[in-house]
Amino acid sequence: MDFASFLQQLGQQLINGISLGSIYALIALGYTMIYGIIRLINFAHGDIYMLGAYFGYFATAILKMSFIPSLIIAMVLAAITGMVIERAAYRPLRSAPRIAVLITAIGVSLFLEYGSMLLVTPQPRTFPAVFPAEIYNVGGLVLNSQQIVILAVSLILMLVLNYVVHYTKSGKAMRAVSYDTDAAKLMGIDVDKVISFTFAVGSALAAAAGVLVGIYYNSIDPLMGIMPGLKAFVAAVLGGIGIIPGAMLGGVLMGVIEALVSGFFSSTFRDAAAFGILILILLFRPSGLLGKNVREKV
Amino acid sequence: MLEVKQIDVYYGAIHALKGVSLEVVEGEIVTLIGANGAGKSTTLRTISGLLKPQKGTITFEGQTIAAKPAQQIVKLGISQVPEGRRIFANMSVMENLELGAYIRNDNKGIGEDLDMVFKRFPRLAERRTQIAGTLSGGEQQMLAMGRALMSRPRILLLDEPSMGLAPLLVKEIFSIIKEINAAGTTILLVEQNAHMALSIAHKAYVLETGRITLSGTAKELAASESVRKAYLGG
Repeated sequence: MDFASFLQQLGQQLINGISLGSIYALIALGYTMIYGIIRLINFAHGDIYMLGAYFGYFATAILKMSFIPSLIIAMVLAAITGMVIERAAYRPLRSAPRIAVLITAIGVSLFLEYGSMLLVTPQPRTFPAVFPAEIYNVGGLVLNSQQIVILAVSLILMLVLNYVVHYTKSGKAMRAVSYDTDAAKLMGIDVDKVISFTFAVGSALAAAAGVLVGIYYNSIDPLMGIMPGLKAFVAAVLGGIGIIPGAMLGGVLMGVIEALVSGFFSSTFRDAAAFGILILILLFRPSGLLGKNVREKV
Repeated sequence: MLEVKQIDVYYGAIHALKGVSLEVVEGEIVTLIGANGAGKSTTLRTISGLLKPQKGTITFEGQTIAAKPAQQIVKLGISQVPEGRRIFANMSVMENLELGAYIRNDNKGIGEDLDMVFKRFPRLAERRTQIAGTLSGGEQQMLAMGRALMSRPRILLLDEPSMGLAPLLVKEIFSIIKEINAAGTTILLVEQNAHMALSIAHKAYVLETGRITLSGTAKELAASESVRKAYLGG
């Protein structure tokens, strides 16, 4: 491979990687926000992403809605699902040991996966093409319309999230609860409400990722959430779990690394690369790229 | 105004408070003194609703509050400056103060109280955009107090405001506590620094291993033989 074609290949894989990575980032944000607020790795989060894809599918394929309304409907329904799951499965365990909640999260995950199979059959479904697939050629690099939509939607959602977290009352309450729950209670913050709100926001972002993936790969199935869920979890750990910009960075990095590995070596190694990163991070920088080494609160 | 009657509080198997009773009359500064581990912070945490008493009652202006969640207790007008200040170190001074006013929606009143806090603690005004974790210990204590005042409390619970501060700063903090009280806020002050606490309080209680062992006016307690021996160094 000569240098020019190497550069072209690199640029192409970067484009692919960043689009895939912004999807990981959207899922990773939910992981990291929920961890930040109740110190729970919500293993059912990948399945919320799957549900989001199905909500989007029903809105577009059955109700014949266009892209933006379907995206919004999927996000709202997923937000409600997330709040219901938190209320029913996690809140009763608020003072239980963390391991009990973790096992419950795995239970919720299996329930959503196999419950969906029962409802919508395990058969993969074809996500309708919501807009014409156009291919643009920019200086030898190929960019399709889906990638542009993925990038635009993820970017907008992350900007909105950043605004909510930093400049609204709910966002400030969220950061307060995440930093020090008891001190937040002394401010008069209703911690249960803030936790509900966090699940709603995290689930809505995952649902958006689900719809975007449906559009990108055209195919959805009830187990589609497992792998992206795990990878987004790795992305959240890579950026520093509990840290919102970390999830964005970790997600994009994961996507780029995967794309580079599939582009330059072989796509069979791309999952190995993802989990190799997890091992390396846990060995050398367990607090993540943007994490500080803080001692556990006592 | 605030009446704690015969409360029993447990931390798991540890019996932290054993029949503690105390009363705070509106307009006063009441102090609760005692050694480390006597249950002073536990008492304040229970009043604020972070812990629930197994037995006994807590009433605030005639209402039973022991069963209410913490956020409702704040809304009734009880605000706490917790031990170790517990400011939100990763947020700005301004954001900390805004969180102090979380229960309120009257933007005009919040603005007025913000001015009041900045007047009382001019150093916070200078550092309003600074990240709270980078403040000095004394400034963090001021921020924690300012934050608690932002809910416009009827009664302010202060847990060890002198902890870890240089003597000069302790004096400053205590004179501010007196000012806050003079401006109409009732105060329940928990302190290990019995000397300082008794010098500004109207009434005092002594807590020893979960029980109130002495109570009276601050003057009486400062003069009492056993308090002098145990808490005032002779």
